[in-house]
Amino acid sequence: MNDWLCEIREGIEAFVRSVGELTLFFFNIAIYSPRTLVRRPGLVVKQVFNSGAMSMTIILTCGLFVGMVLGLQGFDTLQRFGAEEALGTFATLSLVKELGPVLTALLFSGRAGTALASEIGLMRATDQLAAMEMMAVDPVRRIVIPRFLGGVIAMPFLTAIFNMIAIFGAFLVGVTFMGVDQGAFWSQMHANVTVADVNQGVIKSLVFGIVASLLAVYQGYTSVPTAEGVGRATTRTVVTTAITVLILDYLLTATLIG
Amino acid sequence: MKNNCPESIVEIRDVVFFRDAKPIFNGLNIKIPRGKITAVMGPSGTGKTTLLRLITGQLTPDRGHVCVEGQDVAQMSRDQLFAMRRKMGMLFQNGALLTDLNVFENVAFPLREHTDLPEKLIRHIVLTKLHAVGLRGTWRMMPSELSGGMARRVALARSMAMDPEIIIYDEPLAGLDPISMGVILRLIKRLNDALGITSIVVSHDVHEIGSIADCSYLMADGKVIASGAPDELRKDGNPIVQQFMAGMAEGPVPFHYPGPDYEEQLLGKVAE
Repeated sequence: MNDWLCEIREGIEAFVRSVGELTLFFFNIAIYSPRTLVRRPGLVVKQVFNSGAMSMTIILTCGLFVGMVLGLQGFDTLQRFGAEEALGTFATLSLVKELGPVLTALLFSGRAGTALASEIGLMRATDQLAAMEMMAVDPVRRIVIPRFLGGVIAMPFLTAIFNMIAIFGAFLVGVTFMGVDQGAFWSQMHANVTVADVNQGVIKSLVFGIVASLLAVYQGYTSVPTAEGVGRATTRTVVTTAITVLILDYLLTATLIG
Repeated sequence: MKNNCPESIVEIRDVVFFRDAKPIFNGLNIKIPRGKITAVMGPSGTGKTTLLRLITGQLTPDRGHVCVEGQDVAQMSRDQLFAMRRKMGMLFQNGALLTDLNVFENVAFPLREHTDLPEKLIRHIVLTKLHAVGLRGTWRMMPSELSGGMARRVALARSMAMDPEIIIYDEPLAGLDPISMGVILRLIKRLNDALGITSIVVSHDVHEIGSIADCSYLMADGKVIASGAPDELRKDGNPIVQQFMAGMAEGPVPFHYPGPDYEEQLLGKVAE
């Protein structure tokens, strides 16, 4: 019984400690991020390319099929009420407010987040971060911050691209295959989707961008410098990002809807 | 800041250091004279690399002082530590080249980070340093295209890029072919003699490093057990020193890590 209680206590202590470390790590990044953005824009642009442009394939492919599924399911449901012409509104609101930011964050974590964590973890395992420290170069400013900012900047754009291709997917299935009226599809969407709806998605994508990028660089930076340690850091990146994004999604939705 | 040890460029006084409750150093004392080549030798696991990390401030001793140019490294702020490191170059065992930069950019890295030199001058410096280690022709190659020995030579060029006052070499000869080994040895010696650089060399290569070192320290059991010129070490009566200098398997330093009885373990009588 005592062992069991001790294990719970140690688990809670470890969790609180890691949350504290993550918070301090975030403050350290936040303090020096503006300076890096101004003084070393080239480093940030390179990371926007690595995290953003290199994720385009997975975003476009997944976005298209998510939209197509949404078109099929939406049509099947809406036609029961004779409201299939509202397919455009249904798909767009689902995507812009929920599916777009959440799925993009999860896909970003799987593609770019794991790449960031393993890259930084391997740099630690091969003494590259220690070598930088020895050259009087702060690895947090030179390596971590550009990668963090690259992810934060890329995420809203990836979300927008995901949404656009997914709406096209829903249009393709709904209008081309199922015969929903093209004019009704676009006009209902235009009439019912407000700027406030879009803003909800933008706010979520910004928050998820910060969370997914922060967790990726943190897991890589604090990884145990072995092959197994880097592997675990990569896995933890996906797991912690998925859990955090889904919890935050509920909290943000509750806050934004009021 | 108070100058604790003004005489030597690096002084280690009564240093005690534990790693995971295991004692690595137990009252270590070493003085590194300015402008000389100092060899630090010892059997595997005696903490030679740990010693280098203490000197560079990557680790902090549990007790005692590690002083560089009279300043206690443990008392330095991060800015002071970085200012000290700008005067140092360190060659890591595996080279530790930045894998996303090519050879040229690796050597140029500290120059780009710490100076505003024009591109033309950076190019000149980088090619000069690469030429010194015999790898000017590799300037476009990525670290993954280099052999282990070549990567270490590029790392040596990088450690020289800022013309440091102290260069720390962690096993600089490991894995090098005889030609490269000779070149690197002569380079360490020439840098030391021509520029007055202080060199600290951690190595197992007793004879090669002994040929260029001005003084040597032999470590065992967390302490210095012998010091002096390499010739003096060879004449030392301490059996550990004799075993290490002669490279003998039998002696006070066991070749085998402590374990259960060999025969009993083979017969499966030892619990897994």
